Amino acid sequence: MELAFYASGLVAVLATLRVITSTNPIHALLYLIVSLLAVALVFFALGAPFAGALEVIVYAGAIMVLFVFVVMMLNLNAAVTARERAWLGPRTWVGPSVLAALLLVVLLATLQHGDIGRVIEGDTLTAKAVGMVLFGPWLVVVELVAMLLLAALVTASHVGRSVSREADSGRDGA
Amino acid sequence: MNGVPMAHGLVLAAVLFTLGLAGLMFRRNMIFMLLSLEIMLNAAGLAFIVAGMAWDQAEGQAMFLLVITLAAAEASVGLALLNQLYRRFKTLDIDTASGMRG
Repeated sequence: MELAFYASGLVAVLATLRVITSTNPIHALLYLIVSLLAVALVFFALGAPFAGALEVIVYAGAIMVLFVFVVMMLNLNAAVTARERAWLGPRTWVGPSVLAALLLVVLLATLQHGDIGRVIEGDTLTAKAVGMVLFGPWLVVVELVAMLLLAALVTASHVGRSVSREADSGRDGA
Repeated sequence: MNGVPMAHGLVLAAVLFTLGLAGLMFRRNMIFMLLSLEIMLNAAGLAFIVAGMAWDQAEGQAMFLLVITLAAAEASVGLALLNQLYRRFKTLDIDTASGMRG
């Protein structure tokens, strides 16, 4: 379990590094899928199989496939990759990276001073325990999440409508 | 060695979150910014799982379920905005949409 945790954690960090430095959107997407699968393995190693399965099915399966579909619709070509490479000069990434590294140092220092001496033994918490929490004391939260998803659906279908129809409705509104 | 210290899991989450934040700051292409947001949300979910497993409570996994739902909602709205940006400006450069038209 320890080996699985550290190995998949390393894979997750390396794949994430390639996501943010890649110039080709499809390559970045595939690296992000690798990173998400590695994080799912971390969940399995920690003893959270329900969360790991959700990570594979919903995150790597559904959300990333949505990204892949949209990127394929956009008809990106070699010029886009070349422009990305031109944007990624050292002047662009040094400043933000230094700021993010500082934030990481602060986070790690806070972790060191916190009360987190616990050790994760890897005992499995199954979907039954999660379901008992979700549909017992957390029922209102589940309903709120359902409304959040409905709001996202309405927003996506409104924002994503086609331009010509949008122009017509704009004339009607004016 | 027996078991993973909780601190190591939280360090992994912090590293992933910082990588996502750095990517969000230095990319100009909207696809990469959305990917960085996904990385950051995923790191937050990882922190929830680590904390939940350290205390042997199922609340961590339940909270991860909510984070994943939030990520799905954010991705659908963000991709609709990206689609609209590409249709209007024929580019994914986020700086082209920096002006307002009143």
